Parts: sequence; C-alpha cells; structure tokens
Amino acid sequence: MPTPPGPAILPDLARTTLANGLRVVLAPDRSAPVVGVAVHYDVGIRSEPEGRTGFAHLFEHLMFQGSANVAKTQHFTLIQGAGGTLNGSTHLDYTDYYEALPSGALELGLYLEADRMRSLRLTEENLANQVEVVSEEIRVNVENRPYGGFPWILLPPVLFTTFPNAHNGYGDFADLQAATIADAEDFFARYYAPGNAVLTVAGDLDVDVTMAAVERHFGELPARDVPPRPSFGEPPPDGERRELRVDPLAPRPAVAVGYRVPDPLGPLEDYLPFVLLGDVLADGDASRLEQRLVQRDRLATDVSAGVGIMGGAFDVRDPTGFVVEARHPADVAVDDLLAALDAELDRVATDGVDAAELARVAARFAARELRSMDSVIGRARSLTIFTQQRGRPELLGELAGLAREVPADAVAAAAATLRAGGRAVLELRAGGAA
Amino acid sequence: MSAVAPTVGAAGPIPAVTQGAPTPLPPSAHRTLPSGLSVLAVRRAGVPLVELRLRIPAAGTASVPLGPATLLAETLLTGTARRDQVELAAAIQSIGGALGAAADADRLSVGGSALAEHLDELLDLLAEILTGAAYPEREVTGERTRLADRLAVARSQPGRRAREALLARLYGAHPYARELPEVEEVTAATGEQVRALHASRVRADGAVLVLVGDLDPDAAQATVAARLGGWAGTGVAPQDVPAPPPPPALPALVVDRPGSVQTTIRMGGTAPQRSDPGYAAAKLANLVFGGYFSSRLVANIRERRGYTYSPRSSIDHGAAASLLTVAADVRTEVTAPALVEIAYELGLIATLPVPAEELDAARRYAVGALALSTATQAGLASTLAALLPVGLGLPFLVEHPRDLLQATAEEVAMAARGLLAPAALSAVLLGDAAAMAGDVAAVTPIELA
Repeated sequence: MPTPPGPAILPDLARTTLANGLRVVLAPDRSAPVVGVAVHYDVGIRSEPEGRTGFAHLFEHLMFQGSANVAKTQHFTLIQGAGGTLNGSTHLDYTDYYEALPSGALELGLYLEADRMRSLRLTEENLANQVEVVSEEIRVNVENRPYGGFPWILLPPVLFTTFPNAHNGYGDFADLQAATIADAEDFFARYYAPGNAVLTVAGDLDVDVTMAAVERHFGELPARDVPPRPSFGEPPPDGERRELRVDPLAPRPAVAVGYRVPDPLGPLEDYLPFVLLGDVLADGDASRLEQRLVQRDRLATDVSAGVGIMGGAFDVRDPTGFVVEARHPADVAVDDLLAALDAELDRVATDGVDAAELARVAARFAARELRSMDSVIGRARSLTIFTQQRGRPELLGELAGLAREVPADAVAAAAATLRAGGRAVLELRAGGAA
Repeated sequence: MSAVAPTVGAAGPIPAVTQGAPTPLPPSAHRTLPSGLSVLAVRRAGVPLVELRLRIPAAGTASVPLGPATLLAETLLTGTARRDQVELAAAIQSIGGALGAAADADRLSVGGSALAEHLDELLDLLAEILTGAAYPEREVTGERTRLADRLAVARSQPGRRAREALLARLYGAHPYARELPEVEEVTAATGEQVRALHASRVRADGAVLVLVGDLDPDAAQATVAARLGGWAGTGVAPQDVPAPPPPPALPALVVDRPGSVQTTIRMGGTAPQRSDPGYAAAKLANLVFGGYFSSRLVANIRERRGYTYSPRSSIDHGAAASLLTVAADVRTEVTAPALVEIAYELGLIATLPVPAEELDAARRYAVGALALSTATQAGLASTLAALLPVGLGLPFLVEHPRDLLQATAEEVAMAARGLLAPAALSAVLLGDAAAMAGDVAAVTPIELA
C-alpha cells in the first residue's frame, strides 16, 4: 500500500531496525542547531506486578542513577553541562527518556542512552534514596495537595476492575518500600531490551552521519528476548459504577465521568470521532459543555472532556477512556450536572454537529498538533510513540488531515455510543475549608 | 555495588561535545505605530503557526486595583459590540486559534496563536477585542462568581499559600505583595468599573506586540498597521510601578497547616534585573546553587538526603524589581534538617568561590537552555514579550550568552554574596506547626503567623 506523502514539517523521515531489534527513526530539520533524542521502552504502569505498584515509575527514576560507564548524577551533569535539558516519564503503556541538546552534543546523548540500555548500575543506597524521592513526589503531587490524583489515580478503579488497569500508578508506600534491587534486575532484563525500545532523533542532523553514530553506540548491544505484550482488555461497565471520595483539602466539589472508547489502535476512523467529540464538548468558550454547564446553567466553574485518562489520545493502547471532568459550586447537585451532560450528549447524538462547528474543531485540532511538534523534543517523543504503538511515525504528520475528514455523523454516533454504554462516575466531595 | 544485568561490550570514552557557531538572529522587523504600540515581527517557520503576545503596561500613576483588573482579564473575551462570547470563541477556534488574557501588577497580557495563514483574522479579532470589548453584564456576573470559586481553589494549594505569605512578607504594602485578588475585591467589582478600567488602561501607549512564526516580518508589520491602527493611545506615557523597598530579612515565618504531611518551604530575597550589569553573574550563581537539576541544592537534599522531590531556586522579574525564590516541599519530620542543609548550601556559595568546572557547566547550560527555549515559536514569542517592555529585545539573545560566557569567577562570587547570602533571605514555612516548629526554632529564629 503506498504511503501518503508526509507534510512539509516531516519531510525526510528515515527509519531502520538494528540487528538487535532496536527501531530507529530520524527526523531531520536543520532550521535550528538543536536536536531531540527520545527513547521509549514498551513497558508502563499496566505491566507492573501486584505487590509492586508504582514500580514502573520508580524504575524510571533508577534509570538516572548510573549505568555501566556513568556514575550517579553524571547523566544529568553531562547533558546539562552540554547545554541540554532532559527528563523521563512513566505512562500506562510506555516509559520514555528524552533530552534536547545543542546539535554538537548529539553523540553524547546517544552514548548516554546506549549506556543505560546496556546495563544499569544500582546500589542499595541509591535505591533507598529514590524510594524516598518518589515518596516525596507522591506527597507533593497527591497527598499534600487538594484534588491530588483527581481523576487520573481515582477514576481508573471505578472504570476498570482488573489490577493492571485499576491500580494506582504512583504506587503504595508499602510497595515502594518493598522494592528490591532484584526486582529492578528482573524488570530491566524483562522489559528494557533493545527490541522493546524505539529511538528517535529529531532536529539538526545529517541522516547518514547519525545512522552511523546510532549503529556505533547501540549496534553492539546484544539482542535480548522481548516479552510478548499481554492484552489488558476487560469488559466495559454494563451500567453506572459510582463512587464517592471525600478530599479533606479541596474547597469545592468536583466530578469525573469515565466512558470506554474503541481500541485506539483499531481503525482510526472508529477512534478519531471520539477525539473530536472531546473538542466539540469542551474546547473553548464555544464548546457545548462550556456553553451549557458553565455559561448557561452555571452548574460548573470549569469543564474538560476528551480521550485519555493519563496523557493524551494517541499515546495509549486499549483499554482507555473518554473522561469528562467538572469542578462545580458546592450548592450544585451532581445529578443535575450529570443530567445536563447527558442532555448535551443526546443533543450531539440526535441533532449532530454542523459543518462549521466540525470544521473549527478540526482546525483547532490541527493547530494543537502542530504546536506540540514545534520543539525538537515534542516531535521526537510523538514520532517515537507512533512508531512504537502503530509502526507508523509518519502518521503524526497525517493526523490533522485525517481529523478534517471525520464525518459529522461519526461524531454524533460517538456521542450515542457514550450514552448507550456504561460509565464510571467519581464524585469528589470537598472536605476542605471554603 | 551491584550491576543490573552483566556489563556487555564496554562502551568507548564519553564523547566530547563540539561547539557550534552562534545562531544568527532570525529575520525580524520592529516598528512603532503612531498610537505608541511597538510591534516586533519575527520569522521562525518551524511549523505553519503564528504566536501572538501583547503586553499593555498599567497606565497611570495609581496602581490598578487588583479586583477589577483580574475581572477585566477574565471577561475581556466574553463579547464585543459585534459578537457575543460564543461567536467570538467560534471565530478564534475556526482559525485554529486560542486567545487568553491575564493581569498582574505591571501589565495586562494577551497571548494566543493561530494557523499562520490566518494571521490577518487573528489580528482582526485582537483589534475587535481591544477597541470593542463590551463586558456584557451577564458574562461579568457569571465570571465574577466563577472567579471567586477559582480563587478558593487556587488558595487551597499549599504552594500558592506559601508564596502569598512570602510575597506579603517581602513586599509589605507594595503591589508586588499580591498576585491574586481577595474574593471580596472580586465580588465587589462591577461591570461599570471594568469598562472604565478598559477605557483608561487598555491603550496603545507603551504597549508591545510580538508576533513570531511562519510569517514575513515586513508583510506582518503592514498587516498590523492596517488592522490595529484604529487602537488608539492617549498620548500619555504610562509609568511603571515604583520600585519596592529592598525586602527586609526577617525570622522564618511559620504558617500553620494542621495535618500537613509536608512543609512547603519558600525563601525569598532581592535579585538583579535583566538589564543590571551583574545579571549574568547572578544567573550563574543561582544555577550553581539551585537553578537546575545539576545544582548543589538538588545534589544535597534530593539525591543525597532524599528529603524532597523538586527543590529549586529561580529568579522572577517584575518591571520594577526582581525576586529570588528558593523552594522545597519536604516531609514534615525533616523540616529542620532540610533548612540546615539549604542554609549550608546558601552560606557556602555566598562565601566561597565556585570551582571553574562547576561554573563552566552552568555557563554552558544557561546558554544552551536559552537557545532551546527560543528555538520554538511559543518560547521565542514569550521570551521577547518579557524583554521588550523592559527595553531589551532580540539583541539580548546574542548579548546575554556572551555575558554568560564572559562573567568572571570574581563577578559570580560577588553576585552570589548579594543574591544568596542566607542572612539576607526571608523564609516562610507552611506546614504542621505542632509537628515541626519546635525543631525549626532550634536551628533558626521563627515567628508564628
């Protein structure tokens, strides 16, 4: 099947797969002397074993604690000392590591990523240190803060029933404390094989020179077994599952509603309508829920809607959810808010969306996609995820066009699907001072 | 030391970094319209978008009341003489655009973006808002109620509460003491006040418009002149907020938050402005201390002690003064030891020279991070919008890296003494006072809020 040409912003994608299975994507763009390097491993929160909640994220921290030829903290000092920035992040289905660098430091970035793909260097002391650091991360982002973990930690156990999908990806303190170096060795051996990873370099690069450098740094790593990826599928809720949480720090209540959507990796024409529906409902002051819930009925102070429980619509495999989230005044009954939400979904399902509304939603979608690709690191990370999950990095450049082709009746059908299926409702009750 | 997986195939030596030539400045055009609006258009064609930043100084000598100013920013886009809120939002969305507004003590800021082919429509919309924002009574009433709820939510965040306590302590009665209005100031603000404020404050005198993106700078200038020419000035140059008096160094203020599992530590003091001769040296001193991940503060209280996740220090710039902030959220039981370590690192850098290798790493980071942040359209636009109102501009992107590379160890030592001496900083500790104030009082004088 012929591949449609990429847009001007991704003109010369080059791809290869090394003998050890590492997939490589290069996206040259010589307009500024900077490069982005991203390495994604195909393992995330859903793969961590019971009794080890939070381990995928803890392991991400350990990947910065030293490798075969790099001492603790040296990974940071080398990258930043070369004028670069860096980070890593843990998601439901993948863990990524990335740096943006002056192009003269590309070789250094490749060296460092290859070195920690080759072998980690862990000590009991560094493990204990990072368990403490992660615990403080959880305190600052969840326990010590109002609305902490709402809804990304709190909604999954209402929408899902199986451990991989429902558990807390930040982890329980007891599980984090119980983590051992042997656990890390097993996790690294199982999931951090070259064949389970994708490497992307985007920006100021020469394709031939960079391919040779990639081969030089990564080519010698031996191939290792790649674990088969299990299905995390589970049946959708057949009715409404509802849970109430009291947040002792929150001054105002909130509600999150989760629905199931089609497999993101299934046909895009089945999935994209749900993505656009999110924007029809809640992107900007002209959207349906902004008008109804915020401006007209004053049932909510803020509302958002879209595909993705943790992260976006295009970095997750099945199962995922469509989430509507609203902050609301204390005197608003949740059922009134839900009834208005249902009415607006019904209105989309029965009356549809008109061409002008769909066109502006698609224009906004296109602009958002472009904006996220403007930085070399944003581009590198997106290309990597499209390669890893869909085998097609060029899809990144095609998305805006595909969104413009979504027919109005498909968006209406998506709204009808949400209304017809079960859902999860998480009420957050405010326990904090006004 | 135990290795995860046997080491296979020893890698070669760590590769050297090759220095590239300095990046030339992007094509640009800078003009001032007869109204007083200064316009900088810059071509950066990474993606087919254009970024817009407008900065309108607080006009007049009296400081703008925070309640009405905040309400103005929240309702600026809720309707014009021609269109209601939904029509306006639909028009912005249809060009792939977004627009938003915010107010602070120095200025009203409008920011947004759109598909590059729709630059003229974006400017039309901006002109329509600037010259015809109607502040419909229904929208003002609705936003006022929502704003009160949002303020309550914002102030429930420990980081916000600690910052408010710190700013009040540093700036007293000066406008920089407050970033958000009190709920009562918002509920008391009227549509009439907001419309009057728009008439007096949303004027072109001294305003700055930055456009960055896939555009032709000269053509963009012509478009701006045509579309925004009708946005008038008053002919009166706005005056900046007066400089605040130097912040006093006070005992640590303990603000009780019963049951808090962490103490939110915020320390503050005065910092040089971007245009000050010692700015580059101060920026380097800040980086070495706590301004990036490879800093002493992170190495100590995160990577060695495990007290905190994201310790950091930073320099924020207002038009009339700049602020150094040191921030760490630490578990309650290590509050006092964390303060000891922070004071140790502050005292060390304030009194001993920074080794050359450590200083050079900070230089390279500062130069590289500036290049990276200005390599995107949005980053370049925001940077320029911060520079232009204080008399700096595109040349800063060349001159500042040069200053960073040339700052001497002596200059950095002097800057560190002025910026980071612990005796010159004030601290706020928001947390469970019953659990931590006793230990804290053992290491530093405290006051209870």
